[in-house]
Formats: sequence, C-alpha cells, structure tokens
Amino acid sequence: MSDANGAAVARVALDGEMTIYRAADLKAIVLDALRKTQVLELDLSGVTELDTAGLQVLMLAKQTAKADQRELRLVKHSPAVLEIFDMLDLGAFFGDALLMHA
Amino acid sequence: MNLDEALQTFITESRELLEDMENALLNVDIAGEQGEAINAIFRAAHTIKGSAGLFSLDHIVAFTHVVESLLDEVRDGRVTLNDEMIVLLLSCCDYLSGMTDALAAGQLEADPDTAPEGEMLLQQLRRHMAGGSAEHAAPAEAPLAVHAEPGVERIDQDRGDSDYWHISLRFGRGVLQNGMDPIAFLRYLAKLGKIVGIATVPDALPAADDMDAELCYLGFEIAFDSTADREAIAGVFEFVQDDCEIRIIPPHSKVSHYVDLIRALPEQAARLGEILVRCGSVTAHELEGALHQQAHPANPQDDTPPQQLGSILVGAGNVPPVVVEAALAKQKQVSEQKAQESRSIRVDSDKLDRLIDLVGELIIAGARANMIGQHIQNTELQECTSTLSGLVEEVRDAALELRMVKIGATFNRFQRVVHDVARELGKDIGLIVDGEDAELDKTVVEKIGDPLMHLVRNAMDHGIEPGDVRVAAGKPAKGMIKLNAFHESGSIVIEVSDDGGGLRKEKILAKAVERGLVDPERKLSDSEIYNLIFEAGFSTAEKITNLSGRGVGMDVVKRNITALRGSVDVSSKEGAGTTVTVRLPLTLAIIDGFLVQVGGSVFVIPLDMIEECIEYATEPGQDYCNLRGQVLPFVRLRSLFRIDGAATRRESIVVLKLGNQRAGLVVDTLLGEFQTVIKPLSPMFSEVKCISGSTILGSGEVALILDVAALMHTVSGKGTVAALAA
Repeated sequence: MSDANGAAVARVALDGEMTIYRAADLKAIVLDALRKTQVLELDLSGVTELDTAGLQVLMLAKQTAKADQRELRLVKHSPAVLEIFDMLDLGAFFGDALLMHA
Repeated sequence: MNLDEALQTFITESRELLEDMENALLNVDIAGEQGEAINAIFRAAHTIKGSAGLFSLDHIVAFTHVVESLLDEVRDGRVTLNDEMIVLLLSCCDYLSGMTDALAAGQLEADPDTAPEGEMLLQQLRRHMAGGSAEHAAPAEAPLAVHAEPGVERIDQDRGDSDYWHISLRFGRGVLQNGMDPIAFLRYLAKLGKIVGIATVPDALPAADDMDAELCYLGFEIAFDSTADREAIAGVFEFVQDDCEIRIIPPHSKVSHYVDLIRALPEQAARLGEILVRCGSVTAHELEGALHQQAHPANPQDDTPPQQLGSILVGAGNVPPVVVEAALAKQKQVSEQKAQESRSIRVDSDKLDRLIDLVGELIIAGARANMIGQHIQNTELQECTSTLSGLVEEVRDAALELRMVKIGATFNRFQRVVHDVARELGKDIGLIVDGEDAELDKTVVEKIGDPLMHLVRNAMDHGIEPGDVRVAAGKPAKGMIKLNAFHESGSIVIEVSDDGGGLRKEKILAKAVERGLVDPERKLSDSEIYNLIFEAGFSTAEKITNLSGRGVGMDVVKRNITALRGSVDVSSKEGAGTTVTVRLPLTLAIIDGFLVQVGGSVFVIPLDMIEECIEYATEPGQDYCNLRGQVLPFVRLRSLFRIDGAATRRESIVVLKLGNQRAGLVVDTLLGEFQTVIKPLSPMFSEVKCISGSTILGSGEVALILDVAALMHTVSGKGTVAALAA
C-alpha cells in the first residue's frame, strides 16, 4: 500500500481499552509498526477507552515519528478517543483531521 | 484505606453533616444575624459535594452543587434567606439523606424513582438564585461572578486582565502505577467550573526506548473559569498532591506571577510563555512587557532547578502573604479539630453489647466466688473476693457508661418535627428543649424515639388549640411544646408538655363509659381519668387528621414504654395544658439490686427504688402501717405470689418509692445488696404481672426481679382500672 507520494503506508488497527493495563504492549506494537514503515496509519475506531497511559503511547509515537522523519496518522477516532482529545485540546498536537461522530 | 471503608466513612460523615445542616437551618434567625448559621450550612453542603466527588458520585455532586451555589449567593448577600427558602433547603436535606441512605444500601447511581423529585428541587433552587433560572441552566458552568481570592492584595499596577484561574500541573512518574489517572482528575476539575483553555505538555516524554509506558510523563497548563476558591481547586488534586507539582494562580494576578511560574517550570521559557498565551491565562503583550522589566532575563531555566519549586513559589510571591497567613490559620484550625476528634472514637455498638454481656457474666462468676469464699470460711479468700467484687462493680459502671448517650440529639430531632408538623397543621408552635445533657442507655434512646414522636405529634395536634382560640383564651398565639428530661432515683424522666387546652375530664369519662372501659357508677380520681387515654381503643379526636388518630393510639405508646420497663403518666389542667411523664430505667442490662427472701424464693428489688427497710409491726388483718406518723400501705409478697408456708417470726417491710408514691413490701428476710444482671423472661411469661425479669445468683439459683411500678399499681388500687380494661 502506498499513498499519493509513493511512500509506503502501513495501517494498524488498535482496539479495546488503551489503558495502563495494556500500555506496555501497545507501546511495543505501535513502535514496531512505526519502525517498519515510512507512514503509519493508526485506526482508532475500535478503541473503547483511553486513559493517560494510552494517550502517552500515542504521543510518544507521534514524537518518535517526528524525530525519525516518519509520519504518523491517526484515523477514525472513536468517540472515547475524541472525548479525550477534545478535553485536552490535543487536535493540534497530532494534527490529524478529526471526524466528529454524529 | 480500602474504598469500601472510605465510602462507609463518607456515609457516616454525610449523615452527620446533614444533621448539622438541618439544625443550622432550623436555628437560622430570619430577622437577625445569620452569618454563622449560613456558614455552617454552606460548609456542610460543600464538604458533602467535595467528598462525593472523590467517589465519583456524580448525582450527589450535581445536586449539592446547585444547593451550594444558592448558599454561596446567600453568603455573599446577593440573595436573602427567607422562610420559603428554609423549607426548600430542608427538603434538599431530606433528599440528600435519601441519596445517602440509597448509597448505604449499595446504590451508587442516581435512583430513577426519586430523580423527578430532585429535578423539581433543583428548579426551585435555581428560581431563588439571584440570576434567575436562565443563567443557571447548566450548573457545571455557573456564571462567572469573579470570586475574589479573599484578602489578595490588588494594588499592583502590573495586574493581568485574566478572569481565569491558572493551574499548572506536572504529574509525578508514579501516579499511574498508584492507580490514579490524571485525566480523571481533570474530569473532576471540570465539575468545579469550566476549563477554558488547556495545553498538554508532553516535553518530559523521553525517547522511545527510554520511555516506560507505565510511568506518567505529562503535564498540563489549564486556564480555568470557576467561582470556586483556591482550597476547593487544590482539593481536586488532594489524592495526588504528594505525587504532583501543582501551582495555582488566582484570577487577576500580577503578570509577574506568571513569569515566576514560567521560571519555576522545567520547560523552556519561550515555549511555556506560548502555552500560557494559548491557554488564555495571560496575553502575549502582558507577558512580553513583564519579561522586559525583569533585570536578569538571560537564562531563566538554569537558576531555578525544578526540585526547589515549592520554596520558590512562596519566595517569588506566587502566593500572596495574606493567603499564606490565611492558609496557616486554616491549618491550625484543622489540627485543633483533629485533636478534638481524636479524643473520641467510633466503636461498633455490637462490640459494646458484647462487653456488657461479658461484664454480666463476670458479675455472676464473681458472686459465685464470693459465695464459696463465705462457705469455706477462708478470710483471705473473702478479702480477695470482696476486693474483686468492688473492681467488678467499677468495671460494670464504666462499661455501662460507655453506652450512655445524651438525650439532646434525640430532642433536637424534634425541632424539625415540630417545625414541619406546625406548618402542616397551620399552627404557630415552638419547641423548648430542656435537660439535653441527661444521659441514658443507647438502647433506650433508640427505642424511645417513636413513642416520643407520637406524644409530641399528639400534643401538637390535639393539645395546642388553633391560634384564634388561643388568643380568645388570653394566651399568646404561639403555642409551646416543651421537652424536658432529668434523672430521678435510677430512672430518667422525660416530660412532654404543651400549653394547650388540657384534657377535658367529662369528655374522657363519657367516652370511656361509652366504650365500656369503666363502670359508670365508679368514682375515679382526676389522675385515673386522665390515664384512661392510654387504654386500648380510646381516641377523643373529633376529626381524624393525617397526624394522629390513625388508629395508633396512646395505648401503643404505653405498651412500648412498658416494654422498656418504664411507665407513663399524664397530668393536665383544663385550659392550661397537659404534661405526659415518661419514666424509664437508665439501663436495660445490669442494675444494683436488693435481695429479699420469702419462703424458699429469692426476689430482687431494684435498689434505686428502695427508700428504707423497717421492722414489720402492725395489727393483724391491716394492710397499712404507721411510718413516722404517715400511713404506709403495704402488700404481703407471700400472699401476692401465693407462696406456701408460714411467715417467719421477724418479718420486714421494704419501703419502695416510685415518683411521689410510697408503699411497703412485706418479706421474710432481707439478704442484702446484689449486682443484678438482668436476663429477660421468655415471651411465654410476658403476661406475668409484677415480674420484670430474672437473674442468676452466685449459687446458680434463679431469682425473679420485681416490677416495682406494677406492684405500686396493685397497692394503690390503680390496678383495678387496668384490670377492668383488660
């Protein structure tokens, strides 16, 4: 799979609870995926819960991507994710288009 | 502390607070100085809200928030407290009590059944608020009436324009592992006001490989719009305060405070400045100006290492000295309060009951040891057992004292009852409470509530006349109910009196004859007539109100009190009022008794009832004797209980006193004092007259405890009325 610029785009779907209980696993999954590709799309549509630990993993991935000149896109934010992004005003940090679920 | 325990504490505390709140509400002097009472009410509501928030009891938080907002306006003088509002606030108290009870029953969510009631109360509350309903539609976003930090000096020229609090948070690494989620705290913060701007500061996130996903690296800068005070805002973070750097800048603070904040934080000054501007706490222009004025703006982050943050905050004047002073005063107050609290402890009443049981067994065992000592005639052993029984007696008194509670709390509950019932009846009635310090056993206090409630309601409904009738009779329009308590010879006496119309003898007598309770030919004394109201099936109420006259009559009151080994009596003066006197034993467990013997049976008489013992001397066939010039009626225990055998050569008379009555009891032998552990009789013997319980003697034998009140009735002839009714 590749995007308009011809860069390889990998897509990983995260689902369930992105919480402290799974944070260490999630970190490994996300960072592994990121290292293997130029552009990583994280599908968040299945995320039912996001806490500080889960959020940190996403933020870490974003920073790591920036430092390594890669790109991280978050797509299909679930309502649980949107609520947290909205509350903490993180839209600008991640810079992804946020689709509000009607 | 485990959460369940914490929740229990919350429930207990809430109940106490609601009680305080109710008392304060009832004591508010509408016309006069009300500051203290309002503060007390506000504090109660505020504390409940704060604690409920910690347990995520959103429905309680939402409700108390509105109550608190209204109280806040009252406190600031924007709204004046009136009678209607007090009634409303009392209803809110009840509603909160209901929620607390539901909570105690394990219901952590709002109860859909009572929700409409809560909604109605909320609407009424909002209507009373200064701004009317529109502004208060969303309680979480209470209007921004900029709540000045008390005592903050505002003389500085460089004051910022910001109406918002600024809160700076840097969470410690360990918070997630400690089971706390910073996001949850922010959610709770949002309940106190509105988060206007927020910046999540991820700068502390290390490189991917060094990052531990279970540690917390985030910080937040928040512009917060709220009328809450600093304490309340800081209170949000109480659970993480050891694990989080929290800095709070009040609205309208000097810009230099923000500059100090920027310096104190670990991140780069420029970046932080940007964050603050983005939050809306400070404008770019203000910040720039302030930075220019600083003498050494060169390299701020070098000279302020983050570990000194706490001291820097105060040193840099981030917290105004007045605030510090206030905080110190508050701290002192809290520690004094703690000292007071630690002087008393809460104990499960079951544990006390167990202690009393054990003391009871100890007394019985002691009596047995004592008897054996006498039997084998060993002086040393006797000396020893005598010391022992002295100590046991002290232990008994101390243990019983633990269960003693003041009757004041029970009495104070009636303030509310009188207030409500008077409203319901449309009468103006006040309550005077006296003797609140009189103590009695906890079990008795618990059981006396209902009968007292009935007596008070009855007095209000039937006793006190309507206002116009009172005025016509030359009495003040406001009726008075009086509750009084005092100790008298081993009993506690509780009086419920009113200054109403009094009982009408003719009417009572006519009714009693009509119901066949008394023979029309019989001559009854006033007191006998009055006491007819305690007979089953007697009610003189002409119309049935929803208060009394529901078929639960005074006879139930009497039965309940008798079940507590107490007695009830009524006296009245037509046109001037009625007094109901309830007499109860101080304790239900252990008493000082006096042993007497008749034939082969041993009886116990409560020592407090005994006035003296005299030698038996009278003409044969007479049932009275001459006690220093006065007639003393007596009863022969032998004939009363039909005990076989002839009387001993030297009989004695035990002189008993109950209230203002005196009577003698003829017995064979006096055996002396005995600590008596009361064992209830089995229900099978509930119809047995003149016996109130049993006890076990040192020898292992059972002795019956005499019911002096019932004996007195037998002696004075009052018993005939009871017998007729039965």
